[in-house]
Amino acid sequence: MADKVSSKPQKVNFGSDQDVRWCPGCGDYAILSQMKKVLPELGIPKEKIVFISGIGCNGRFPYYLSTYGFHTLHGRAPIVASGVKLANPELSVWIITGDGDSLSIGGNHLMHLIRRNMNVNVILINNQIYGLTKGQYSPTSPLGKVTKTTPYGSLDRPVNPLSLVLSAGATFVARTIDRDTKHMAQTFREAAAHNGCSFVEVFQNCNIFNDGAFQQLTDPKTKQEKLVYLQHGEPLVYGAEKDKGLRLNGFEAEHVDLANEQDRESLIVHDESQSSDVYSYMLSRMTENTELPTPVGVFRRISHDTYNENFLRQIDAVKQKKGKGNLKQLLISGDTWSVD
Amino acid sequence: MKTTKKLERVTIRFAGDSGDGMQLTGTQFTRTTAMAKNDLSTVPDFPAEIRAPAGTLYGVSGFQIQFSSEMIHTPGDQADVLVAMNPAALKSGLRYLKKGGTIIVNTDAFTSRNLRMADFEDDPIDNGFLEGYEVFSVEMTRLTKDALEGLELTHKEKERCKNFFALGMIYWLYNRSIDPTLAWIEEKFHKKPVWVEANKRALRGGRNFADMTEIFTVNYEVPEAKIEPGIYRRITGNEALSLGLVAVSNKSDVEILYCSYPITPASDILQHVSNYKNYGVKSFQTEDEIAAIGAAIGASFAGNLGVTGTSGPGFALKAEFAGLAVICELPLLIVDVQRGGPSTGMPTKPEQTDLMQGMYGRNGEAPIPIIAADSPADCFQTVYDAARVAFQFMTPVLILSDAYLANGAEPWRIPDIDAIPEIKPNFAEPGKPYLPYERDDDSLARKWALPGMPGLEHRIGGLERQENTGNVSYDPENHMRMTEIRAEKIEKINDFVEGPELHGSEKGDVLVISWGSTYGTVRTAVEQLQRAGKEISYIHLRWLNPLPKVLDTHIKNFKEILIPEMNMGQLSQLIRSKYAIDAKGFNRVTGQPLVVAELKEAIENLL
Repeated sequence: MADKVSSKPQKVNFGSDQDVRWCPGCGDYAILSQMKKVLPELGIPKEKIVFISGIGCNGRFPYYLSTYGFHTLHGRAPIVASGVKLANPELSVWIITGDGDSLSIGGNHLMHLIRRNMNVNVILINNQIYGLTKGQYSPTSPLGKVTKTTPYGSLDRPVNPLSLVLSAGATFVARTIDRDTKHMAQTFREAAAHNGCSFVEVFQNCNIFNDGAFQQLTDPKTKQEKLVYLQHGEPLVYGAEKDKGLRLNGFEAEHVDLANEQDRESLIVHDESQSSDVYSYMLSRMTENTELPTPVGVFRRISHDTYNENFLRQIDAVKQKKGKGNLKQLLISGDTWSVD
Repeated sequence: MKTTKKLERVTIRFAGDSGDGMQLTGTQFTRTTAMAKNDLSTVPDFPAEIRAPAGTLYGVSGFQIQFSSEMIHTPGDQADVLVAMNPAALKSGLRYLKKGGTIIVNTDAFTSRNLRMADFEDDPIDNGFLEGYEVFSVEMTRLTKDALEGLELTHKEKERCKNFFALGMIYWLYNRSIDPTLAWIEEKFHKKPVWVEANKRALRGGRNFADMTEIFTVNYEVPEAKIEPGIYRRITGNEALSLGLVAVSNKSDVEILYCSYPITPASDILQHVSNYKNYGVKSFQTEDEIAAIGAAIGASFAGNLGVTGTSGPGFALKAEFAGLAVICELPLLIVDVQRGGPSTGMPTKPEQTDLMQGMYGRNGEAPIPIIAADSPADCFQTVYDAARVAFQFMTPVLILSDAYLANGAEPWRIPDIDAIPEIKPNFAEPGKPYLPYERDDDSLARKWALPGMPGLEHRIGGLERQENTGNVSYDPENHMRMTEIRAEKIEKINDFVEGPELHGSEKGDVLVISWGSTYGTVRTAVEQLQRAGKEISYIHLRWLNPLPKVLDTHIKNFKEILIPEMNMGQLSQLIRSKYAIDAKGFNRVTGQPLVVAELKEAIENLL
């Protein structure tokens, strides 16, 4: 069985000896770098951390870390991770995936991972393009997107990753951006701390096949007008001068110019712990309205039973009730007869 | 005056509507027969429809049992007796009845509606249709109702007891005690006393009717068989396989994560193991077939033995993951309970048509060891042998069962658990230098380092790896070498497992080579011909990949090689190509087990 002896957590280098082979300028470098920064802070010994990836440029992620790692199949990281977690619940399990990997070929597994609330962390790196296969549109590419397979523009309505996972019952949903490293590191910390399935979407720039997809959100000239940072208990305010806010109009958010204090009172105060997912779902749809800023931060964080804990609990309950199974007795159970 | 005649063997086929309780009747008869110390073999034959409309031909559910005072290995080619509960059961059951056989019919079910449903223009009982058969017409429904008079049950409810009436008659006919079934009824229905009384009365009523009536003048006795002493139970293939998994967990001290998506005829295994949570076997019903093997692989990476069970269509979906398990070299069991194909095919019927899928159904050069069970009870040992190889060689292993083994039942002498050898997984040791793809000289297996073991952190994946280090490598010579190693490792299994036995003389006219559930038929056919003085031998293969070394020697010593299979010649192709010989096939793809008489004829045609 697994060796239960573990070393004390220490400041260790979580990088491996392998050369990192992403394209120069790829957003994945920043994600890897922040992950290597955050992991030693978690207080989890290195041998108890497992990174599991699917296929895509980011699939190589585990090879660049010195933890246990498994580079699996296209779209299948969530289910391999589930098997790992059920086999050894003590492990800290991280899934590295992408928009094609988890929203297209592996959409089914993502949905079920989320609905089970398996206590693992999902980092979905969304660059709105197929990079490894060299530039075809992905399920998150916007309508009309011109790529090698859509020379006349994409006809596919894009999937909204956060809406999807919220509908599946996600208990921790967050978004961050590759260029905002501090925010990204903090988001990873929050994801790691959540007991349940943590889902983090990272907007990532593919500078080869989809350069500038998130430019408005990262360009210092525009980003403050285009991003709203979600902070629990704080009103939704944005803009370089913090002079804009969001309030509710029916079930939709609308933007308010904060000319006077009175307007401030009508603002939505961010509450990530609402038991209903209506609010977080509304936030997730804001990317589809160009008038509104794109939210980043923790959309939703609620406490819910995890599949892996209930799985163990049920086994323990059966053991309590029936005692540890005796193989000899089991074989002799049922309709038996003896021949002398 | 009634007389009793001795018989060496009898085959009975119970047939009725899906709702007539034929499986229960058959199972009860089996149990009582086992307790009477006959050797026996059974096979159920039920429709895929859950509740087919009453009276239809496709709604007929059958159960066949052969029992004998000698050791037997098949449920019988053809029945001596057909119990037909309605016209559809009579019509479809006749195909399985031998010429001149006995038919016991429930005449009450021969209504004009039921006759029409079974495509009879008029009543076959009196129109000469059954000429040449011995027909016993019994008003089973009316007699059952009479026996149940006074009980507070509706007419419909009383009718439902007619299967016990039929069983009672058959018990008299074969001199069986009704006591085991009476006891069973009491236990089964103890919460509903009126049903206890009703079923008991029906059973006794049937027995007494047969005893008193003028219709039956002879009954039969099949003497006890010489059966090895021990404790026995009746077991189906799927039960045996599930218990085998418990034994594997127990003897290896490694927990099992059984991951599966319900599919006929493998769902029973998931259902059985779900009750074994306190035995070290955990179960996980996944969202789909791909997820099932994916979770199993994840479990194996993290130190459980991942097991996934399925049937042909599900195995097709698992192909890519099976390849991942090959390249990663993780222990894993894949159970394929084969059924009729292609595509959805015939879900409840057996075939041996997934052998090639198992051998080659993956991208790249991805060899997987394949083991096949030869009888329902043998599924226990098969899964155990498979697990030993999976651990020892760090490889996925494919276990082939089929619908016939899965649902067929036979008496199983319960093994002495203490005598079963321990399984020692190939763990890496923390504190010692570790390279993920460094190998054992003999088995070529790598060591199993588990997340949680300090100092052994490593990465595996689907990309080709460098020998020893496991680092990603596209080096041409390395890829060639790794491909060779993966193939060579599987061949090494031959040094570790016992080879199959040759039954019969070492030289002769025909060597029959078989695998899987055809064992009973092949053995029976060959032994009958051997007794008739023919120079025929047979080898029944357990491991299909790698093919055993002894085959090379034996093949040369016979004039003809015959390979009977429930497919169009899959093992034949493997053997023809490997040994460059002109092996002949005997191929039947009917969704039914092979028939002894037909196989004998095929062998004799080669003489």
